[in-house]
Amino acid sequence: MAYIEAHGLRKTYGATVALDGIDLRVDEGRIVGLIGPNGAGKTTALNAIVGLTSYEGQLRVLGRDPWRERDRLVREVCFITDVAVLPRWMRVAQALDFVSGIHPRFDRSKAEAFLAKTAIRPAARVRELSKGMVTQLHLAIVMAIDARLLVLDEPTLGLDLLYRKQFYDALLDDYFERGRTVIVATHQIEEVQHVLTDVLYIDRGRIVFNRSVEEIESRYHEVFVHPDKLATARALNPIAERQGVGHSVLIFEGADRQRLAALGDVRTPSIADLFVAMMSGGAARAQGAVQ
Amino acid sequence: MNTTAVEISPVRRLYWSVRRELWENRSIHLGPLAVGGVVLIGFFIALVSLPARMRAAAPLGERELREVVEQPFLIAAIMLMAVEMIVAVFYSLDALYGERRDRSVLFWKSLPVSDLTTVLAKASIPILLLPFVTFVVTLATQFVMLLVSSAVLAASGMSAATVWTHVPLLETSWINFAHLVTFHGIWYAPLYAWLLLASAWATRAPFLWAVLPPVAVGIFERIAFGSMHFARIVQTHFLGEAPSDNAHEVTMDMSMDMLAPPTLGHFFASPGLWVGLTVTAMFLLGAVRLRRIRGPL
Repeated sequence: MAYIEAHGLRKTYGATVALDGIDLRVDEGRIVGLIGPNGAGKTTALNAIVGLTSYEGQLRVLGRDPWRERDRLVREVCFITDVAVLPRWMRVAQALDFVSGIHPRFDRSKAEAFLAKTAIRPAARVRELSKGMVTQLHLAIVMAIDARLLVLDEPTLGLDLLYRKQFYDALLDDYFERGRTVIVATHQIEEVQHVLTDVLYIDRGRIVFNRSVEEIESRYHEVFVHPDKLATARALNPIAERQGVGHSVLIFEGADRQRLAALGDVRTPSIADLFVAMMSGGAARAQGAVQ
Repeated sequence: MNTTAVEISPVRRLYWSVRRELWENRSIHLGPLAVGGVVLIGFFIALVSLPARMRAAAPLGERELREVVEQPFLIAAIMLMAVEMIVAVFYSLDALYGERRDRSVLFWKSLPVSDLTTVLAKASIPILLLPFVTFVVTLATQFVMLLVSSAVLAASGMSAATVWTHVPLLETSWINFAHLVTFHGIWYAPLYAWLLLASAWATRAPFLWAVLPPVAVGIFERIAFGSMHFARIVQTHFLGEAPSDNAHEVTMDMSMDMLAPPTLGHFFASPGLWVGLTVTAMFLLGAVRLRRIRGPL
């Protein structure tokens, strides 16, 4: 079943085109990483999915129109759009009271059990908590909601490494194990890479790349090439090249793995490297040709 | 997903949304309480001279005596009403603006509460809750005043009964209650709905958005048509009939005269009330739409 289905999704702000006709389908159980440069339209896309922004074109999330039925939709969709949006005046216990008062799928004891493992006291106000603790609190609330779809937009922005790791370990592993559906936009793609099933690359309001992780693994290869084989390797049209210590690292798309193995160590490129390659793809190839 | 989700009624969502407002805006109860406290302290100080003033006023006649006894109670009620209005105005101006400014609207919108429920909860604060809280605080303040002044009079050898006859607490309370709820709450509802609309609209300075458009309409009408109907309608509705103008429809005149018994039939028959409530509904629907459209600042 398609949890998210978009056809020709468009959003403009005056003369600025934020989404330029996006077609997208996310099925149940997928964990989709949404990546792209700043201003590419990631946040607009996620906001449209959770009913925070209007749009042109077709969009269905869990079979509903998010813009018209936001309050019904978010009974089954959780989202964390940014860190530190919890109201600063609120006490931790009040946040739990409120959510259990209005949310049919919230399990308060689960949130309390999670909070018990942190340094967050129920009587504390949000403004007294550190940025990392606010995220932990938000996470505790979201994890205690038995949602079908989780939407995350840079949930760990500005957090230190420890909190980031905790966040994804707690949240994504939990969702991963239970076969939940997640769509996450992040710049720290390497931190979520191990749980993703699909990768979406969005640039200037368009989806320029949409593949499952298995496809990426079979299609893209990263080869550690010794200098004396570099010329041969370059002849195979790598999509990117970078300098390592004592070797060059070349990324190939759709090349024969057997042939690449003759050139050096073959691995699957990290998603981060792959996208650096794609973003500067044209430039890198031109540079390769000159050399 | 194995757990069956409990159904949550719209009333329950509204109830929790109102509670949320009370958590956030503690001035709703602290404002009236603080004024009640100040009134009581002032009253206690004035009590020292109460027996002397009553002895001085007694020979002058029943009216003067009544004034000495009654006045502090009236002042207490009026002060509390004034603060109630100030709190209500500031609350309304911030209600749909503050949550966008601090971006917490993203959190609220991530929860299954509709914009309609949220706006209704916020509108209920100045229109229903604040008048009610103010009434309770006024009643408590006046009750303490009555007890303490009786004790002081009794201690100075005077009859405490004078106070009780001149301050019929039950009767004045009913007047006070009716005045607060009907006049400050329901009659003023269009004002608060307008402030909520300005609060939902503004990307900055909601106060200016609330004040300047009506002023602009008034000035425009004066310059373009040489008339002042808009200004007069607003003035008549909220401040009562202009003294020079007495030929038009009957309007609320219980605003100033605290001791006139409220005529509820008169109140509900007044077309101004129903026009006002219709305008209120329009403003609130506008605020609901804006809350859906407007994102964090």
